[in-house]
Amino acid sequence: MAYAAGVDVGSTQTKAVIIDEHRNIVGRSLGDTGANVVVAAETAFAQALADGAIEESEVEYVIGTGYGRYRVTFGNDQVTEISCHARGAVQIFPNTRTVVDMGGQDTKAIRVNDKGEIEDFCMNDKCAAGTGRFLGAAAAALDLGLDNLGPTALKATKPVRISTTCTVFAESEVLSWLGKGKKVEDILWGVHQSIASRSAALMRRVGIEDEITFTGGVTRNVAMVKALGERVDKKLNVSEESHYMGAMGAALFALDRIFASRSPAQAAEAAR
Amino acid sequence: MTTTEQTDGIVGRGNRDGAALFRDWFAELNEVAENGGRAAYVFVMGSLNEVLKTFDLPVVFPEINSLQTAVRRVAHEYLDVAEDAGYSPDICGYVKADFATQIQDGRHPMGRIPKPALTVYTNACNTYIKWAEIWERLHKIPLFTLDVPGTRQGGLITLGGDVDFENDKRYVKAQLLELIELCKKVTGKPFDIDRLREVMGFANTMSRGWKRVLELNAKTPSVFNALTDGTIYLGVANGMRGTPEGAKYFDDLVEEMEYKAANGIGTLTDEKYRLVFVGVPCYPIFRRFNELFTEWGGTFVNSTYLWFASGGTNRGFEYDLADPLDSLAEGLLISVRDAMDSMFHQDRVLNEVIDDFGIDGVVYHPIKSCRTTSTGMADSRRYLMSQRDIPTLFIESDMMDRRVVSEAQLKNRSDAFFEGLAARKAQAGASAPS
Repeated sequence: MAYAAGVDVGSTQTKAVIIDEHRNIVGRSLGDTGANVVVAAETAFAQALADGAIEESEVEYVIGTGYGRYRVTFGNDQVTEISCHARGAVQIFPNTRTVVDMGGQDTKAIRVNDKGEIEDFCMNDKCAAGTGRFLGAAAAALDLGLDNLGPTALKATKPVRISTTCTVFAESEVLSWLGKGKKVEDILWGVHQSIASRSAALMRRVGIEDEITFTGGVTRNVAMVKALGERVDKKLNVSEESHYMGAMGAALFALDRIFASRSPAQAAEAAR
Repeated sequence: MTTTEQTDGIVGRGNRDGAALFRDWFAELNEVAENGGRAAYVFVMGSLNEVLKTFDLPVVFPEINSLQTAVRRVAHEYLDVAEDAGYSPDICGYVKADFATQIQDGRHPMGRIPKPALTVYTNACNTYIKWAEIWERLHKIPLFTLDVPGTRQGGLITLGGDVDFENDKRYVKAQLLELIELCKKVTGKPFDIDRLREVMGFANTMSRGWKRVLELNAKTPSVFNALTDGTIYLGVANGMRGTPEGAKYFDDLVEEMEYKAANGIGTLTDEKYRLVFVGVPCYPIFRRFNELFTEWGGTFVNSTYLWFASGGTNRGFEYDLADPLDSLAEGLLISVRDAMDSMFHQDRVLNEVIDDFGIDGVVYHPIKSCRTTSTGMADSRRYLMSQRDIPTLFIESDMMDRRVVSEAQLKNRSDAFFEGLAARKAQAGASAPS
């Protein structure tokens, strides 16, 4: 049994996934990227190996993805996270036609065809509005942990409207609402709606088609899943693997390379 | 793979000679400036060089001066000077770099730029008008606007014989007569129509050559890179228009491209993907930007920039020298109108180019500081994609301002674009009948 690995070095967190030849996840890890990207990639890979009780020598091919993909020095190749998120999403949810990936510093909308190929994509440019960083700024202003944002926001009864789309100004707007006596949950739901609005605009640029699969670290936030679903008036596919979708896609591409190096029959299997 | 580094004297000549002509041109401008002389300031979308050369006026293209500061990686110094003087970071970078050049006594990396004696521009770019007003205030010079009627309806191309076209032509011709009077006044020289014929004859050779050169890139492998090599040819097409040097250059260039086409000599790129570029180049990282594509085997075989920034002379309109003023009006009307259409209605021509040039993908490059070329590009792209099954890439940066050029983001998007192209080709190969 050979294994394939994907290491997704994102701006905020680094994820690693190891899959077997049947595309089952056998090991995974998640950690903060920090300042040393090379070490972050190495650590994530080592932890995924440990998680799956797999020896490094058993992993035949490694693909790096994410902004730090060229710093996955032990990897065999690199693939962009755009392709990887699409690939992972289609693997987990085969009817996926639209992928929205919300990460620490960027949000991307990807339209895929029925073969899982990317037809179009677009991302936020030079501005972190509508990304996880926007939530981070709001969390800091409200002195809340990231994990508490979603559950707190869902308690909102009279949501406020966050007018700024700027991550930097969001913090001051949140503080101004607090100064006006608004409840934390009402402010937070407004923040989520603001991000959902920006993300939905990106999705509309590529064209929204069912099914929509939501990927990236922000999928752990239940309020964001709800806000985005309401904004586009559709149910979003989300799973345990959503946070790891980029690394999962990278591992799937790595498995393709393994099969391609073997025989035409196995290559055909990989293409299916 | 054959490369353009061959030493048979023909291959690569266009790039070498183009660079030499540019150096000579700027050296002449420097000499004019040092001697206290003045020049005609003109723009690429309808320079009216034909008339100005008739009066032996040196010509300055401020757009070319500005882009040269970016290519030479000093644009930020010029932008800082202009912004310190109060210009917004959000407006045209060309304007700001030129303004900084003006208030620093013409200091420029290529030599000193002479002050203007007059300014001539068309309405092809809305910024031209406000830009020229800056010179009017700084130098107290006359401005001349050639108002060229645009396409009345997308896709409706009127030509000679059409009543609207004939009216428009008369309107342009009347303005040309006014320009000739202005040139007589500014230079103190009489108008010589035979000299105009001579200049227009050189311009004819250049337009004919330019059209042919662009056509030849439909060959596989492509004979030049439309983003890099093409920009050099474009510079000569504009700067030397109506000169014997320009005419010889384009005769030589056609010979070079015919030679390369006949011998299957391509660019340096192992041509896996044939691309068309839409917009203005990213001059702050001009070579590196191109490498983002060539690294994947992508080469630009055509570019809307080579159409609109040559003032539509890519159409190859040739003047009738028997009736020069009438024909000049007709040529300007057709060419400048086409340049405007290449910015605002490029989907129609792109549709043809995709087929004729075997295009694998279209790269749209909107830029922060040129709203004229960038506004509407997203919609234009969406429209093209609704009409054609063609992959496109939409990447944003700038033509001048390195503060809004993020190489990591550009690379991420271009890499993803090529990953998609590769998957598409693999899929097409797998489903092809054996």
